[in-house]
Amino acid sequence: MPEGILCNRKPINTEEDLKRLLADKGGKQYYEEMKNMEVDVRALQNTLEKTCKSRTRTWLEICAHCSLCADSCFFYKANNRDVEQTPSYKINTTLGEMVRRNGKVDTEFMIRAMDIAWGKCTCCNRCGNYCPHGIDVGVMMSYLRGVLYSQGFCPWEMKIGAGMHRVYRAQMDVTTEDWVDTCQWMEEEGQEQIPSLEIPIDKEDCDIMYVLNAREPKIYPDDVQAAAMLFHIAGEKWTVPSEGWENTSLAMFAGDWQACADNVKAMYSAIERLRPKMVVETECGHAHRASAVEGPYWAGQEDGKAPVPYLHYVEWLANAIRDGKIKIDPAKKIKEPCTLQDSCNYIRNHGLEKHTRYIMSQIAEDFREMEEHGAHNYCCGGGGGMNGIGRYREERDRGLFMKLQQIRETGATLVISPCHNCWDAIRDTMEVYEVHDIKWSFLKPLILDMCIIPDHLKPQDEDEE
Amino acid sequence: MIELLSGPLFKISLLVFTVGLIFRLVQYVRGLDWRLERVAYSHMGKAGVIGAIWSVLTWILPFGTRGWRTQGFATIAFFFFHLGVVICPLFLAGHMVFMKDALGFSFPSLPVAVGDVFAMLGVLGGVMLLARRITLPQVRFLTDRKDIALLALCLLTLVTGMVARFDLFAYDFMLGLHMLSGELILILAPFTKLSHMALFFASRAQLGIDFAVKRGGASRGPAFPW
Ligand code: HEM
Ligand code: SF4
Ligand code: SF4
Ligand code: SF4
Repeated sequence: MPEGILCNRKPINTEEDLKRLLADKGGKQYYEEMKNMEVDVRALQNTLEKTCKSRTRTWLEICAHCSLCADSCFFYKANNRDVEQTPSYKINTTLGEMVRRNGKVDTEFMIRAMDIAWGKCTCCNRCGNYCPHGIDVGVMMSYLRGVLYSQGFCPWEMKIGAGMHRVYRAQMDVTTEDWVDTCQWMEEEGQEQIPSLEIPIDKEDCDIMYVLNAREPKIYPDDVQAAAMLFHIAGEKWTVPSEGWENTSLAMFAGDWQACADNVKAMYSAIERLRPKMVVETECGHAHRASAVEGPYWAGQEDGKAPVPYLHYVEWLANAIRDGKIKIDPAKKIKEPCTLQDSCNYIRNHGLEKHTRYIMSQIAEDFREMEEHGAHNYCCGGGGGMNGIGRYREERDRGLFMKLQQIRETGATLVISPCHNCWDAIRDTMEVYEVHDIKWSFLKPLILDMCIIPDHLKPQDEDEE
Repeated sequence: MIELLSGPLFKISLLVFTVGLIFRLVQYVRGLDWRLERVAYSHMGKAGVIGAIWSVLTWILPFGTRGWRTQGFATIAFFFFHLGVVICPLFLAGHMVFMKDALGFSFPSLPVAVGDVFAMLGVLGGVMLLARRITLPQVRFLTDRKDIALLALCLLTLVTGMVARFDLFAYDFMLGLHMLSGELILILAPFTKLSHMALFFASRAQLGIDFAVKRGGASRGPAFPW
């Protein structure tokens, strides 16, 4: 069987196909079909020739097999120094072998490569900081994912995720109508606390256009409200677009480069339509990577820059606190020992560490750094799509242990995690390892609790409260 | 035999080495693609240049990076070995006399005793690298025959050179073997992982540019804290 009904090389483009794939619970039939899916060697060779260029080929060739990258990978450490978790080994036996054989590989090879590309690497890029030759295995893994995706070898959830972006322009089935409704609902509800609260939709020429993660309207609408309140308290002139509001990219995790580009373009066209001075993004790491770091390139911007500056939430917040737009009530600062999870995607891979450090200095009395932090942080264990892939749940759970140890070493009882994936991973860590004395949180709810709300924003009729 | 090795064979291998590595470097740069790597090479400006230089410099400085600092033994082994294999061919007094003869020019030469020290460090470092390769499971697991062969070839060159230099035994044979293995290194360089002699700089510079212009240079500054 060259291709399956559910498992094939065609991306998901219609709601119908998406629903059919979703109906295959856990991807049972999908993975069965994968076992018999043939590799289109000609197409694979063509892809390699066109996209595997000197940087990648040189990396694969000059690797000294010195294993200096081994200790840098949290998977290697968390798996009891399993030699098969050495970054160099992981990439050399997959992409390296594929290139050496010039694409003449079989189904079994592809499935194994898939299990490594998604099951043994979160594309956190830490190994790239530790290789003397400057070989970034995370970058190559991400490239390999694209190659595997083009051949249909991709975990079930990733195929669905990329399909979601293609069908809904969002990582979940949130339509424009759902989104607008949520904004209105959250606006009304929020007015109980701040009567003048607004969630302005499609307002032109604002200072800020806010973009976010579809999980927020879908699962955590309170987060949308918290963002609105903080913008309102800070006195920002802001808006959300009715379309082009999603900045995450499961397509990036899946290696579906076309869907990545389309997603970014949808956001950029909202910018064109509404002409904001800047974009502020929610607390999500990979979303920032996908829309502000890699995104401009996918959209074809030769200078590598988005049309207007993209500020991750931590950057906006740091500025707002610094400028006095958000005032922290000193009595309400966090008193318990707390630590911070640096998201690889905007810390190591986008240099925002100074903003998070500034925020922590303003909101916490007992802030404790993890031993490896900033650009050298370890991945939370759930990055690169791993949190969502059932097939690799065991691998993921084992990987989480590293972060737990790091957190424990600080003695913190609260972990601040301004990234959706990290937040999820930390939540799951505490569940998997049955830890009950450590809490975790995004920034927004904490800040909302401790910031001073100006009197004129409070409900006038105090008695009725 | 020695005549052949020190004459035409030397010149041929040096030619293969130089042309080969220059070709590899040119191919590397030509193969860079801003869309595929997603790095704005044509807009990299000063930050890119600083990032590239910083990325090379910190990594050729002993203990200059966190990576080197966290790997005591390997770092010492690496730097000893490379002091040997990089300094000796280029600056040993004996080599310079030979070079002047063969090519008509030479570099300034090191005092003989200093040269001897570098050669010994090279051997020591090489043995340490080999020991690491054989004993550490994570390195042994990655090692293939080529890795051993290339390291052994470098060691052979260093050791035979020293045996001949101190005239310990079989002078002619050792000198011949030294030249042969040295020339083999030159010839193999463009075609094996030894191409890193040139491509190391390319690869490091590229990653430096990547971090300086795309991955955080704008807020962190172009010098990534390697
Ligand atoms: C010109 C500058 C050079 C630089 C910057 C350089 C850099 C490096 C780096 C970063 C590694 C990988 C790290 C490691 O294995 O510890 C390495 C490995 C190696 N280099 Fe070089 N190298 C240079 C020249 C040379 C030369 C001239 C030779 C040989 C004649 C050589 C032979 C080797 C060998 C054999 C290895 C593998 C070591 C092992 O087996 O662990 N290198 N080099
Ligand atoms: S990727 Fe780098 S650190 Fe890892 S084995 Fe290869 S050369 Fe060594
Ligand atoms: S990118 Fe991260 S997870 Fe992947 S091999 Fe490197 S260190 Fe390990
Ligand atoms: S989930 Fe968080 S820590 Fe893990 S790779 Fe993504 S950003 Fe990094």
